Amino acid sequence: MLKTIISEGLPIDEQLLIRKQTLQNGKGKKRICIVTGIHGDELEGQYVCYELIRRLKANIGNLDATVDVYPALNPLGVDSVIRGIPTFDLDMNRIFPGETKGHQIEYTAYRIVEDLKGADMVIDIHASNVFLREMPQARINAKMADKLIPFAAMLNLDFIWVHDAATVLESTLAHSLNVKHTPTIVVEMGIGMRITRKYGDRLVDGILNLMDKLRMLKNYTPPRITQPIVSSSGEVCFLNAEASGLIIPTVKHSDKVQKGDLLCRIVDPFEGTVLQDVLSPVDGLLFTLRTYPVVYEGSLIARIFSETGGGGDRNAKIRKNKNELQF
Amino acid sequence: MKKEIIFRMKSPYRDEFRIHGYRFGEGEKTVAIVGAMRGDEVQQQFICSQIVKNMIVLEKQGKITPGQEILVIPSANHFSMNIDKRFWAMDNTDINRMFPGYDKGETTQRIAAAIFENVRGYRFGIQLASFYLPGRFVPHVSIMETGFQNVKLARKFGLPYVLLRKPKSYDTAVLNYNWQIFETDAFSLYSGETNIIDKDSAKVTWLAVLRFLNNVGAIHFSMHEGFISHVMKDKDLVTIVSDEAGILFQLRDTGEGIKKGDLLAKILDPFTGETRSEISSPTDGTIFFSLHSPLVHQDTIMFKISKI
Repeated sequence: MLKTIISEGLPIDEQLLIRKQTLQNGKGKKRICIVTGIHGDELEGQYVCYELIRRLKANIGNLDATVDVYPALNPLGVDSVIRGIPTFDLDMNRIFPGETKGHQIEYTAYRIVEDLKGADMVIDIHASNVFLREMPQARINAKMADKLIPFAAMLNLDFIWVHDAATVLESTLAHSLNVKHTPTIVVEMGIGMRITRKYGDRLVDGILNLMDKLRMLKNYTPPRITQPIVSSSGEVCFLNAEASGLIIPTVKHSDKVQKGDLLCRIVDPFEGTVLQDVLSPVDGLLFTLRTYPVVYEGSLIARIFSETGGGGDRNAKIRKNKNELQF
Repeated sequence: MKKEIIFRMKSPYRDEFRIHGYRFGEGEKTVAIVGAMRGDEVQQQFICSQIVKNMIVLEKQGKITPGQEILVIPSANHFSMNIDKRFWAMDNTDINRMFPGYDKGETTQRIAAAIFENVRGYRFGIQLASFYLPGRFVPHVSIMETGFQNVKLARKFGLPYVLLRKPKSYDTAVLNYNWQIFETDAFSLYSGETNIIDKDSAKVTWLAVLRFLNNVGAIHFSMHEGFISHVMKDKDLVTIVSDEAGILFQLRDTGEGIKKGDLLAKILDPFTGETRSEISSPTDGTIFFSLHSPLVHQDTIMFKISKI
């Protein structure tokens, strides 16, 4: 059943509508929520919503729980290809848990949290941004790691990144729900403004697997699930551009790279010269890779997960989890 | 006055990005002033330009106290201002969410690191700040309650109000908060407007900055003492939220004294012009903030009223 959880007046005629699809069957009391579309330029979650609802409807007899699917928490942004909130010009995932006496969208954020609160599990699906491609991964605040890693491991992802507890991230939806004892896992995968169907299908398999383990499904045989690497078994290295220019990549996303491998060149299109050879500082897995070709000094180029740790600093700069995450 | 470049970065296709600092006097790091960090903070840029203009004159007149150094950074984000963007031109990140910065991090982290490296260690820090909603404030000093705040010093601006507010989670990455953590007495000055220049409120603000410099002994010349500031907390302000959406027909403006029951605004049906809602004041006081937008969303802040 399609439900409108929020209907707020926009200046001319229209309502801001936040809607969810609720699928319910059986006597099971548990509830899982799938949310996405906080950032209007992240569309990977749209396919997941479609495919999950399609599969559940086709096998509704297997369901013994409630599934709430929210395809667009920022419908104005998704509909107008704007990452933030149109008219508000701020990142929606920095205003949670919202408030009742601010802008309409802050009130909306408050109401969203109220609607999600109390669920047995929330999966918040993100799709990086238009610059970076991400391997399917869960991102978990270190403070919540013990509680959430076992569930994230059921989601058929490649990687679980346990990140430091940055204060800034306290204004995210996931943090706001986790502190209200509503377990919430952030999934990042793919890239902004695109749909990677293979990733979407994998995550749907993972969500159904998680639901099965939470006893929300009956008579369901989950497919084989990937066992993810957990970041605590090694370290995450960031590589940032040290020159402004154009990137010419020499590796592919998800490649395993060796220390010293050339990852990309930053070139000057006016002079025809190479400004920087970006070399891998470690052996590891390239789980984030820039696809947008233009960079400034400091633009993130790649993240590499290394089980062996940093092996020295050549042209590239190594750091450990110090950048602000963008979800 | 020494004009210097405190940060420079090549762009792939545009001119080089440069952040300029204007340094007055020599000696103890006394006051650092930071202007526009967002591309829409034109009023803040204008105020800083007037501060620099006045300081050049004061320096020529020998009115900067020997042994005191004042740094003004009028603009930290003109790459965005020049193209009508609010946040960083390439990736839309907010420089004022990146402090204390990181010189090996992402672009805006590097910019924040360069600014902070230059402004840390000063006794006093002043940021010309803007609000996240379009509207007009009564010019005031805002300080965060970090445990290091100094209300007595905030009164030295001589503005009518000093507003104390509790930091939110994102505030840990703003300049003002980090200044305080690094033992600078930090103040945010809200000057009324943001993306347009209002000369009157701008002048109130740049005079307040000069008054502060005078009152802490960084400069010395005769000027009006200003107001005896009323100190209040954000929870003391009465917030009025729209109960309807539509065309905003504002009847009363920022700074006006009002009585309980006074009609402040109407929200009109955008098709028929009929009044959908009348917004009345629930209290006597002064309009501290008013939303300036021709259209209003439902459940959106329209006014903040100070009871004084």
